[in-house]
Amino acid sequence: MAIVDSPVVQDIPAAEVPDPNEDLYHAKSWVTKYLFCQDAKVIAIQYSCTALGIGLLGLVLSWVMRLQLGFPEVFSFIEPAHYYQFITMHGMIMVIYLLTALFLGGFGNYLIPLMLGARDMVFPYVNMLSYWVYLLAVLVLIASFFVPGGPTGAGWTLYPPQAILSGTPGSDGGIILMLVSLSLFIVGFTMGGLNYVVTVLQARTRGMTLMRMPLTIWGIFTATVHALLAFPALFVGAIMMTLDRLLETSFFMPVISEMGEILSYEGGSPLLFQHLFWFFGHPEVYIVALPAFGIVSDLLSVHARRHVFGYRMMVWAIVIIGALSFIVWAHHMYVSGMNPWFGFFFATTTLIIAVPTALKVYNWTLTLWRANIRLTLPMLFGLAFIITFVNGGITGLFLGNVAIDVPLSDTLFVVAHFHMVMGIAPILVVFGAIYHWYPLMTGRMLDEGLGKFHFWVTFLGSYIIYLPMHYLGFIGVPRRYFEMGETTFIPESAQDLNAFMTIVTLIVGFAQLVFLYNLITSRKNGVEAGPNPWKATSLEWQTAKTPPEHGNFGKTLPVVYRWAYAYGLPNAAQDFVPQNLPPELVATHVGNQVPDTDGES
Amino acid sequence: MIVAYAILLVGIGTVVFHFVSPWWWTPIASNWGFIDDVIIITFWVTGVVFVAVVLFMAYCVYRFRYKEGQRAEYNPESKKLEIWLSVLTSVGVAIMLAPGLWAWDEFVTVPEGTAEFEVLGQQWSWMYRFPGKDGKLGKSSTKLIDDDNPFGLDPKDPNGQDDVLIEDSELHLPLNKPVKVLLRSVDVLHDFYVPELRAKMDMVPGAVTYLWFEPIRVGTFDILCFELCGTGHYDMRGSLVIEEADAFNEWFEAQSTFAETLARISPEGEIEHKIAANAAENSF
Repeated sequence: MAIVDSPVVQDIPAAEVPDPNEDLYHAKSWVTKYLFCQDAKVIAIQYSCTALGIGLLGLVLSWVMRLQLGFPEVFSFIEPAHYYQFITMHGMIMVIYLLTALFLGGFGNYLIPLMLGARDMVFPYVNMLSYWVYLLAVLVLIASFFVPGGPTGAGWTLYPPQAILSGTPGSDGGIILMLVSLSLFIVGFTMGGLNYVVTVLQARTRGMTLMRMPLTIWGIFTATVHALLAFPALFVGAIMMTLDRLLETSFFMPVISEMGEILSYEGGSPLLFQHLFWFFGHPEVYIVALPAFGIVSDLLSVHARRHVFGYRMMVWAIVIIGALSFIVWAHHMYVSGMNPWFGFFFATTTLIIAVPTALKVYNWTLTLWRANIRLTLPMLFGLAFIITFVNGGITGLFLGNVAIDVPLSDTLFVVAHFHMVMGIAPILVVFGAIYHWYPLMTGRMLDEGLGKFHFWVTFLGSYIIYLPMHYLGFIGVPRRYFEMGETTFIPESAQDLNAFMTIVTLIVGFAQLVFLYNLITSRKNGVEAGPNPWKATSLEWQTAKTPPEHGNFGKTLPVVYRWAYAYGLPNAAQDFVPQNLPPELVATHVGNQVPDTDGES
Repeated sequence: MIVAYAILLVGIGTVVFHFVSPWWWTPIASNWGFIDDVIIITFWVTGVVFVAVVLFMAYCVYRFRYKEGQRAEYNPESKKLEIWLSVLTSVGVAIMLAPGLWAWDEFVTVPEGTAEFEVLGQQWSWMYRFPGKDGKLGKSSTKLIDDDNPFGLDPKDPNGQDDVLIEDSELHLPLNKPVKVLLRSVDVLHDFYVPELRAKMDMVPGAVTYLWFEPIRVGTFDILCFELCGTGHYDMRGSLVIEEADAFNEWFEAQSTFAETLARISPEGEIEHKIAANAAENSF
C-alpha cells in the first residue's frame, strides 16, 4: 500500500453515506446555542476557555512558588504549608485540568469532526455533559482553596500515607475535594473520550481512510484510547484513598505511629497506590504528548509547505509509543522500595520507547528538508517544540536508566526534565496550534507582532529557566523543598541562579498576559482571515463558512481523495492540493478552497 | 535568517553551558563512581544527537527558507533512511542501557557479610540503630512504639537487647567498610539521601527497604529527606560523619544500648536475656 499520491486516486466510499436531504437539529435559543450547547466546536471553546482560565491560576501559583525559591525569607506571607499547597495545586492543575482538558476536550472536540469531514461528534448530548462535568470538577478543585485547612499539599502525586495524615497541609477537606474533583474529571473525560473514539472510528467522511487522517487526529485518537485505559487506575486509587481517609479502611495504610500515637490503620500498602497512580501517570505523559506530536506534525507540514516525512512511520510510532507507555510506569518508582528486580525490566522498556520517539523527531526535522519554510508563528512554535522536546526527551534517557535515576530522582533534575518535556514542549505546541487555528475559530488572525514577542520570550525564557535547573539537580538540590537553609554541599551561586530563574519566570509569565491580551483583542481587531488563510490541505479549512457553522459543512459532506499532506505535488496547479479536490481538477484548480464545497452555490 | 541563527545559538549555547557550568555534582564519597560514569556516557551519546538535530534544523531553516513560487521536494518516505536511523538509535540506546543495567545489578546486590544498621525515619527527624556485639538487630514493630521505646523494639527478643540506639540526627560510619542500610519509617514515606553517596532509597512504613555502599572519603555530609513527607519535609535533616575506624569506635562505644535505656527507664527492671558473648563477624 503506497500512500504516495498518484495522479489517479480512487474514491473509496465510506460504509455509511449520509443522506444529503437530512437536516440537522439546530439550536434555536441563546442558551442552547452557547451555554448548554451540543455543537462540538462550542464545547471545544468552552473546554479551552475553562482550561486556560484554571491554567492561569496554575501560572500564578508558580510565580508565588518561584518567589519563595528565588528569595527565601523575603516573602514572609509564604509559609511552608502554603508552599506545599501551591506546588501541589500547580502540578495538578497544569497536568490534568489544563493540558489534558485542552488537548482532548479543546482541540479534540474542535478538530476531530472538522478534520474527518463529520458534522459533529456522534453523541452530541453526552459531549455536552462531558464539559459540564469537567466544569464541576474544576469548581470542586477551586472550592478546596476555601475549605478549612486549604487545598491539599501532598504533592501532585498524592502519595499516601502522608496525603491523608495531619502532617500534610489540607488533610482535612482539601484532600477529599481533590480526590472528588479528580473522580469527577475522569467521569467527564470518559463521556467525551468515548465520543472521540467512536467518532474517529465511525463518522469519517467518504474516502477518509485511517491512513489518510491528519496526524493531529492520530495523536488525539491514540491519546484518547490511552486515557480511557489509564484513567480508571487513578479513579479506583482516588476512591480507595477517599475510603481510607473517611472510613478508615486500610487500602494504602499500614500500621502508623503518627507523632507518638498509633493510628487505627493496619495492613495496607503505600506502594499499591504508587502503582495505581503511575499506571495512570505515565500514560498521562503521553496523553499530553501524543496530541502535541500529532498537532506539531501538521503545523510543521503546513508552514513548511511540504508533506510530513514518513507519514506511515509517524502513525506507527504514535501507536507503538502508545502501547509501550503502558509497560513503563514503574520507572517513576525505581527508588520507591519496590522489588529492585523490576528495575531491569522497566529500564529496558523505557529506553526502548526512545527509538520510536527519536524516529518522530528525525521525521519532523526531515520534513524541513528541501521544504519551503514560512517562518509564521505556528512554524516558530513548532521549531521551538522540537528543540525543547529533544532536550527534555534526552534527559528522560538519564532518568529512565535505572542506575542513573538513583542519584537524580527527586532532585531538581527531575523537575527540569518534566517541565521541559511535558510542560514547555506541549505548551509551545498549544500556542502554535492556537495561532494556527484561531483564524478558523474566529475568522480573524492573531496579531503577529504581539505573537512574535510572545514566542521569543516564552521559548528563550523557559529554556534558560529549565536548562540550568538540571545542573542544580546534579549537585543534589532536592525538589519540593520550601527552603534549602544551611547545607554543606550547595554553593551560594545556586541561590543566585534561583533568583535569576525567578526573575525570568516572571518575565515569561508577563508574556503570557500579552498572549491573553492578543487572544481577546484580536477577536474584534484582528485582520480578517478569509477562508483557508494558511493554504492548508486538510478538511477543517474547507468549510462553507469561516468560522464554520453548526453542522460544519454545507449540504453535502466533502469526499476525500488523498492524504492530508499533498504539498508541493509536481503536477498540481498550486503548491497544495486539498484533500477533497477531485483528481481531475488538480492540474488546473487555483484557490484556497475547493469550489462548490457546500453544494448549494 | 534570524531564526536560523537563534536555533544555532540555542544549540551551541547549551553545549557551552554544559562545559562551563559551575554547577556540577559533589565529589563522590562512596563506591558508586560507576553511576557517575554512566551519566557521562549518556551525556556523550545524547549530546551528539542533540547537537546533530539542532544543527540540521538550523541548516534547513536557513537553506530552505520561503521563496515565492518555489516548491518543496515531494518525496514522502524513505524506508532505507528510516531503517538506518532506527538501527543507529537502537545502538545508541544499547550503549547507554548496558552499563546502566550493570550498575543497577551492582547496586541491588549486597555483598555477603556486609554489616547492617538501621535508619529510622519519622516526621521530621532521623534516628539510627546498630546491632550490638551479636551482629543482629532485634525484632521491631511500629505497634510497640511509645515515648520510652521510640524504635518499637520487642523487649522479649534477646537479639535486640544489645542494639545500639542513636536518638540523634548525627550518624557516624567507619571509612572503607561496606554497609547495608536497612530503612524503616514509622509514619509516612521518607527517603534517605546523602548527595555525596549517590545512593538513595525510599523508606516505606510497613516495610523494610535497603541500600548499600562503601564510604571512601572522610568528611561530614548532609543527610536529607528526599521524599515529600509533610510540612516539615524540607527541615528533615541529619548529618553523616565518615571517619577512620578508631574515631568511629570511640563514638560507637559512647552510645547506649536498648538494655541500658530500658534500665534507665526502670532501674529495677529485669533484663534476663544474655547478650551473646562472641561478637559476630558482621558486627560493627
